[in-house]
Amino acid sequence: MTEVALAQPENLPVGPVGRHGVGYWGVATLVASEAALFSYLLFAYYYTGATAQPGWLLEIRPDLSLALPNTILLLASSFVAWFGERGVLNQHRGQALVGFAGAFIMGTVFVLVQWFEWKAKAFSIGTSSYASLYFVTTGFHIAHVLVGLLVLVALFVWTALDYFSPRRRLTVSAGVLYWHFVDIVWVFVFTTYYVTPYLGFGQ
Amino acid sequence: MRVADYRTPSVGIDSVGHEARLLRLWETAPGLKGFFGSVDHKQIGIRYIVTAFVLLALGGIEALVMRVQLATPGGTLLTPEQYNQLFSTHGMTMIFLYASPILSGFSNYLWPLLLGSRDMAFPRLNAFGYWVYLASAAFMYAGFLMGNGPNDGWFNYVPYASRDYNPGLNQDFYALGMVFLGISTTVGAANFIVTAFRTRAPGMSINRMPILIWGTLTASAANLVVVPAVSLAFFLLWLDRQFGTHFFDNAHGGQPLLWQHLFWIFGHPWVYAIVLPAMGMVSDGLPVFCRRPLVGYSLVALSTVATMIFGFGVWVHHMFATGLPGLGLSFFSGASIAIVIPSAVAVFAWLATIWLGRPVITTAFLFFSSMILLFVIGGVSGFMTASVPVDWQLTDTYFVVAHLHYVLIGINVFPVMGAVYFWFPKLSGRMLDEKLGRWNFWIAFVGFNLAFLPMHLTGLLGMPRRVYTYHEGMGWDTLNMITSVGSFVFAAGVLLVFVNVWKSLKAGARAGDNPWDAPTLEWATSSPPPPYNFAVLPTVASRHPLWEDRLGDEPALSSLNKGLLLDQGKETIGTSALDAEPDMILEMPADSYAPVLLTVGLSILFVGLLCKAWMIVGVAIVMTAAALLFWMWPRRQLLEREPV
Repeated sequence: MTEVALAQPENLPVGPVGRHGVGYWGVATLVASEAALFSYLLFAYYYTGATAQPGWLLEIRPDLSLALPNTILLLASSFVAWFGERGVLNQHRGQALVGFAGAFIMGTVFVLVQWFEWKAKAFSIGTSSYASLYFVTTGFHIAHVLVGLLVLVALFVWTALDYFSPRRRLTVSAGVLYWHFVDIVWVFVFTTYYVTPYLGFGQ
Repeated sequence: MRVADYRTPSVGIDSVGHEARLLRLWETAPGLKGFFGSVDHKQIGIRYIVTAFVLLALGGIEALVMRVQLATPGGTLLTPEQYNQLFSTHGMTMIFLYASPILSGFSNYLWPLLLGSRDMAFPRLNAFGYWVYLASAAFMYAGFLMGNGPNDGWFNYVPYASRDYNPGLNQDFYALGMVFLGISTTVGAANFIVTAFRTRAPGMSINRMPILIWGTLTASAANLVVVPAVSLAFFLLWLDRQFGTHFFDNAHGGQPLLWQHLFWIFGHPWVYAIVLPAMGMVSDGLPVFCRRPLVGYSLVALSTVATMIFGFGVWVHHMFATGLPGLGLSFFSGASIAIVIPSAVAVFAWLATIWLGRPVITTAFLFFSSMILLFVIGGVSGFMTASVPVDWQLTDTYFVVAHLHYVLIGINVFPVMGAVYFWFPKLSGRMLDEKLGRWNFWIAFVGFNLAFLPMHLTGLLGMPRRVYTYHEGMGWDTLNMITSVGSFVFAAGVLLVFVNVWKSLKAGARAGDNPWDAPTLEWATSSPPPPYNFAVLPTVASRHPLWEDRLGDEPALSSLNKGLLLDQGKETIGTSALDAEPDMILEMPADSYAPVLLTVGLSILFVGLLCKAWMIVGVAIVMTAAALLFWMWPRRQLLEREPV
């Protein structure tokens, strides 16, 4: 007689414990899809630029005086959000609130500076294909930052309501993962629009 | 009360009290409450299937009207603009609103049953995917009914679709509708991926998954990363049309070919996304009627994945005639030819399964096996157009129309018909009539080939596609008449499946749990299955849990009657990604209005965008954000937060 296989697992986590749960996978698939979206936006830039006539690039030497500090600010906010997540992990609610509020403020400043950048441009969205690409790509990113800010507000409120513990905190980790994505994808956008002109692309 | 963070789930056998407990936990509320709130994958799956078949019928009627117009030279039934809207709406309907959702419907219904689980990983997301599909289909059809259907083909090339040449609302309905539909496809894909990797029955390691799982999983992985390309393309088109951007406008440095790239970067993987799950249906269904396991399981599973990987690198074969550099064309031509290899692996595996088995001729068998023939015909014509010089001769002729209908009807509609005959007893508890089924199959098969086989010749004789009429004496008259007659015969054949379903629902013979004596888990539960699918969650020891007694080559037997009870809450088991070792107890959400509320918010948003009514857009954004927060609010029932 062949043996019958029977799974008799012991001591399983009930519901999401830590980052272990389907919700984290769900946000990871969302991030994968969003990353693909940005790669198509950048593909549109490179493809249009590579096949364009000379003079397509409207800013041969993009001004980095605001954009570079702003980039550093956004990347730093990722660490601050991570600091907040550590607060939940270590049951320091004050630290968590400071982290989420700090990341929120830094993200808001980023959006305001980016708005200022837009206003300072000598061209508008309808000027040329380069201008359309610039405004729409950075606009897509700002829209994602705004969603990320909403996530940070939600995490702040839920933490203030004392919803989370080191075990029951998947929502926090998933939300912070999304914020990391929003920050990292900016590096690619920034590199494309502000750095590659210095390297000779599009000239 | 604080729920323990860790628990050892009890193992046991089914009992009356146990089933009553599960029923209380899993049953959808009756009436409107359940209608709008249900998250049961079986109800959602049936909704997908019914909606997709309604759209198949609509798309079919559109095709028949066109075939009346084209039956004779100089037809006057339709004006050129009406014809443009009909062929474009036909394409949009069949490709976006039928071919993919019908497979999502079957997969939604079948996946948790095939996997020995109680629901999809994200039941509310599943409901949301359906509602968005319904709303976006209504959105696009509203345009069509108002005389503003798409009118530049489903591929919608610029500059035809640009505002200068197309000032009406047609393209705006289509563009926004496609962005809207993309949400449904994307969340559905995410759900399938996580479901496949996290909710299989204990013991169902990755090399024991049914091929349908492989097919839909592969298609979903592709959809997750390619749907953003087409959503973006349509969004940029809408911006070009309404806000004066210049993405596709050559006069201001835009690149018209960018549209084609973005569209086909999506479009070609999509073609595989709407056939791989259907091929999976054949790989799982055909062997049941050959009374033996599929030959070459591992090769078929791997070639499914390989087809998709090749499928990412062939999109330019839709653009051979656009003047791209020759070296680029060679690469894409080579990739398009190489993709024959994984496709042929599946064909030979099916043939070998029939050859080595003892086929039982049923209607489902006929649909599944005829698909092999149609796939080969469509594959060979595809192989021909993969060659650049041949494509230059054939592009934009009816040869391509014949090819794509052999592929899409042959590898999607025929397997789906087979799937209806195969799985209808599971869905409804009743058998379909086999005698009517034979009429169904033969009329559809003869009609289809009568309509589309001569069309290859029409194309070789030079008849261009997408024209509303033609002059007599070009040598196309008889062929077009044959095609039109054939299309009506085919339509009559397809109609019979609806007749058969209607008859069986009223008075079909009762199907037992396993009327076909099939080997996989969906047949281990009752027909139709209870809301919780399985009273005890099975442990799987082979690819064919229900055939182990006769195959006798397994080291251990699956445990179907004794297993995890999980009746302390709405629960199922979470397992590890590759080996399917139990690693957590999943708390499943109860019925919820969040998905339908979010869909209402999004529908208002898209209508507002269409009308450029910014007040409405603002209100809709607030509604959408509120619905999302309501959805995401950490819940005690799901153990997403600590009890306070």
